Amino acid sequence: MHLIEARGIEIRHGSQTVLSGVDMAIDRGEIVTVLGPNGSGKSSLVRALVGAMPVARGRIIRRDGLRIGYVPQRILIDPVLPLTVRRFLSLPDRVSDDAATDALDRTGVGDLRSRQMSDLSGGQLQRVLLARALIGRPDILILDEPTQGLDQLGEAAFYRLLEDLRSASGTAVLLVSHDLHVVMSASDRVICLNGHICCEGTPQIVSEAPEYRALFGTGTAGTLALYRHDHNHSHDDGHGHGHSHDHTHSHDHANGHDHADGNAGHRHTHAAGRVPAKEDAGT
Amino acid sequence: MIDDFLLRALLAGMGLMLAAGPLGVFVIWRRMAYVGDATSHAAILGVALALATSLPVIVGTVFIAATMALLVAGLSNRGRATDTVLGVLAHSALALGLVAVALIPGARIDLSAYLFGDILAVSWRDLILVWGGAFLVLGLLVWRWHALLTTTVSGELAVASGLNPRREGLILTLSLALVVAVSLKIVGALLVAAMLIVPAASARAFSRSPEAMAAVAVGFGWLAVAGGLGASLRFDTPAGPTIVAAAAILFAASLGLPRQKP
Repeated sequence: MHLIEARGIEIRHGSQTVLSGVDMAIDRGEIVTVLGPNGSGKSSLVRALVGAMPVARGRIIRRDGLRIGYVPQRILIDPVLPLTVRRFLSLPDRVSDDAATDALDRTGVGDLRSRQMSDLSGGQLQRVLLARALIGRPDILILDEPTQGLDQLGEAAFYRLLEDLRSASGTAVLLVSHDLHVVMSASDRVICLNGHICCEGTPQIVSEAPEYRALFGTGTAGTLALYRHDHNHSHDDGHGHGHSHDHTHSHDHANGHDHADGNAGHRHTHAAGRVPAKEDAGT
Repeated sequence: MIDDFLLRALLAGMGLMLAAGPLGVFVIWRRMAYVGDATSHAAILGVALALATSLPVIVGTVFIAATMALLVAGLSNRGRATDTVLGVLAHSALALGLVAVALIPGARIDLSAYLFGDILAVSWRDLILVWGGAFLVLGLLVWRWHALLTTTVSGELAVASGLNPRREGLILTLSLALVVAVSLKIVGALLVAAMLIVPAASARAFSRSPEAMAAVAVGFGWLAVAGGLGASLRFDTPAGPTIVAAAAILFAASLGLPRQKP
């Protein structure tokens, strides 16, 4: 039996249909990545899988007693709420000091246990969230854009950790990402999403599928554009974003490059989105 | 030997803060300040309802305050509740309540007692009501503490842990209505929200954990009640507003202290 399965699900935001006709299943020990441009319904899909969003049609079947470790795209902890990392791990169920220390050490943030949650940087918060997800010994980890805010080294360590978990305890992993290069190396299976499942298969098969190329550009051209953007982004923010990023996501399948650009623009939006949150944290 | 009425006033204020402290920290963590305003202002409408139907005032206020709290919480759940909508609701509720009280034939009540409270006139019967309500709310909060806290930190994480954020939110909303109803007599509709928010806000600088913040909020509330009552006797000022003023002074003082560092 599958760990978790979606059968013909449809998700709506108000009158707008975000996802339709999605069938997918995840088995023990699999690393599956959901890939898609901005607004393609990736986050809605994982939220529906963890039960945080209702489905308008179809159903979601979880294996009996399935333990899900969930890392949401981001959480905002108001500085007016005093909460140490250690205390956060015991929400809602108390965990032992040993389990907490072990989980924090595994994600490389053992030294942060007595820090306030609202003082953490984006990357630190991401690791703490992952530690919390690991504590319940999950059968499946569901991670929404888990590497945002992590530096290159952190990202590599992060994927190694997922590999270790899979080989040590057969933990399945469902990732949402638009980091093409990482996806290609770390996943067993890729699901390409854009309001519906466009294509699905091993990274090799998907990267050669015409549907994928329509979304992310052909061959290395698309990937390289993203790579380059990544570097730009970390070093000189603000520069190089001026050229016409298509934020409207017109789903123009004929022109893959626009989408790649739009996607890259999305990364930037995310990064920018954290800044006011941080300023807010300071007041 | 302290006067009987003063003892009752002190006990009433302390009972109120026992619930308002822990509830207040949730109000500020969840940014529900306006919900507190709207709920407490609506309580005046509840007084009118109770007078019109000859029901006990507490029944009318609990009913209307709960309705208002649910309405406001429902709007915020849908993400439509801008500050504007909440502001409109809070002020209209108060105005409607005042109009409604005036329209009830034969009703001769001292409205200012409901607006600003009359803690010095609290009877032993009122005291039982206040402490009963406070223990009820405190019990609810202690019972659901971890779930409420998880929901406050992140609704998504709460759902993934099998909790229902809506239900937890409902518990807070109803607790709020109950606290408003029992405190109407003590500090009055206009100042209830202040006693929820001000001591809780003062507590932040002294707390490193959510539980500590709730406890410190109760402590600050008690200080404000004692200090405010003392000052109101000494300077012959209205008791309710003086208590809130004392809380505000404590808050200002807490700002001057260095923030607790990790």
